[in-house]
Amino acid sequence: MAPDPAPHAAAVAAGAPSLGSRRRRPLDARRVARGAVPYLLITPVVVAIGAILGYPLYHLVSLSFQRYGLPELIQRQGSWVGLDNYRSVLEDRIFWDTLVRTVVFTAANVGLTMVVGTLIALLLLRLSTPVRILLTSGLVLVWSMPAVVAVQVWYWMTNFQNGVLNYILTEVGFGDYFQHDWYASTFSQLSMVTLLIVWGAIPFVTVTVYAGLAQVPRELVEAAQMDGAGPLRVFRDVTFPTLKPILLILTSLSIIWDFGVFTQPYLLIGASHVDASNYLMGVYVYIEGYAHSNFGRGAAISILMLLMVAAMSIPYVRRMVRMGDTA
Amino acid sequence: MRRRAWDAVGIALFVVLVFPVYWMVSTAFKPDDEVNSLTPTWFPTSPTLDHFRDAMARPYFWDTVRNSLIVVCAAVLFSIVLAFLAAVALAKYRFTGRKLFIVAMIGILMLPPAGLVIPLYVVLARYHLTNTLTGVTLTYLTFVLPFAVWTLRGFILGIPKDLEEAAMVDGSSRVGAFVRILLPLVAPGLVATSVFAFITSWNEYIFASVLLSDQSNQTVTVWLSYFYGTSRNTDWGALMAASTLTAVPVIIFFLLVQRRIMFGLTSGAVRG
Repeated sequence: MAPDPAPHAAAVAAGAPSLGSRRRRPLDARRVARGAVPYLLITPVVVAIGAILGYPLYHLVSLSFQRYGLPELIQRQGSWVGLDNYRSVLEDRIFWDTLVRTVVFTAANVGLTMVVGTLIALLLLRLSTPVRILLTSGLVLVWSMPAVVAVQVWYWMTNFQNGVLNYILTEVGFGDYFQHDWYASTFSQLSMVTLLIVWGAIPFVTVTVYAGLAQVPRELVEAAQMDGAGPLRVFRDVTFPTLKPILLILTSLSIIWDFGVFTQPYLLIGASHVDASNYLMGVYVYIEGYAHSNFGRGAAISILMLLMVAAMSIPYVRRMVRMGDTA
Repeated sequence: MRRRAWDAVGIALFVVLVFPVYWMVSTAFKPDDEVNSLTPTWFPTSPTLDHFRDAMARPYFWDTVRNSLIVVCAAVLFSIVLAFLAAVALAKYRFTGRKLFIVAMIGILMLPPAGLVIPLYVVLARYHLTNTLTGVTLTYLTFVLPFAVWTLRGFILGIPKDLEEAAMVDGSSRVGAFVRILLPLVAPGLVATSVFAFITSWNEYIFASVLLSDQSNQTVTVWLSYFYGTSRNTDWGALMAASTLTAVPVIIFFLLVQRRIMFGLTSGAVRG
């Protein structure tokens, strides 16, 4: 195609679109074509994303200003109501209760996931090779479990009649859990969801942190120990600073995921048992908007939720873009 | 000496973490009296395949497996082709708007699916695509496409530049260099990305459950979620057999590609 590929490759490698000596030459067709290449390459993705996501999102904004239920869906014509949907949501106690519950839930889930995940990663360092391989394989196995499957298994283990969790807790001596109903109160329901989510999320955190621990300079740790620093001190002053970027990324990812979680709470609490007393944000928007066919109001909730998640994503996206930029 | 104690902790932790998976598989193989007994049987003493037979004979199991395969394969194939082109642009060129494109890709990946249910449902209803596999495939592209773009970009970057340049000095054109050098090198990345995209789509639940209302039209995760019916009369053995059947392809695939993909979401932070 190009007779002089070498300088072109150099230009690409240097990240410059054109070499200085060429700047004064008139734009010839080949150079224009060359500049167009990356745009041609991304066009299919841009068009596809625009159609399947951009257009629906544009639609979402306009829906949120309309009364739009089942009749309007069939007639494909909503009626303009201005800010009514937003007003109705923001004046709704259920929205605020759900928001607070979701924030607390997210904090508990992310905190547990990060702490336990990091502790297991530190434990991996101290294990003999066979046990380390065993535990790592176990983690990967847990990681690979599909969410819907995990919910069913959890539901079976904690069922009222003969759940194995009830049996173990009773046998070990934590009290009488025979035919204990784990889904009787909101706190208990959400605790079960938390256990399920943390169990599923630990492997990703542990494996990533463990990989990061390999970056901790061995000599520094040894020097600190030589100077009489205990394990806590070594962690705080040597290990933690090295791990910090990884921990920050993992924490923000976990916050984003747990805040918007749907499948686990919806299915584990059960479609017929989710209500205003145990809503999390993802379940709330699904029930109020989709299940009640109140699409206009649901759109307003969706937008509020998406904006909150977008705000939470800023630090993560920034970091990833900085990395992407070094390409 | 201390290591022994840590190893004991490690083994105990392994048992606790893996127990739910073990309990799923072992329940699936137990006869009904062992499953329903008030005292659990820790190891199936007389394993049986009845529950698997039962689960596979349930209405719509094979239909929904087929639907899942169709939707997932369509979404992955379409995404990989489109995403590969965009990934080449990101890895090999600098252009105005590149940063915006990256922000869009990563930003989209962070959107919670529950927040997208309403717009996707309403727009697809407008084009009569609800309750069709095409409609679900389109919604899966919303997360498979950006994921594939970002992951493939990493794989392409991992190819040493001098290899490509050497090919061009040899007199090959850019396209020739691309086909003969870049493509074979990036093939493992393409496979890993496809497999991981396959897993994510296979596991997807909310879009499929919202869009597909006919039972024969649903995907296997939705089928599994409806399995127990009334909560007090669950056939636990069959449910665990069905769960195992749904999870096994995912687990096998996951074990194959986990190492290659895991840094996709955090890479760079770990780079030395």
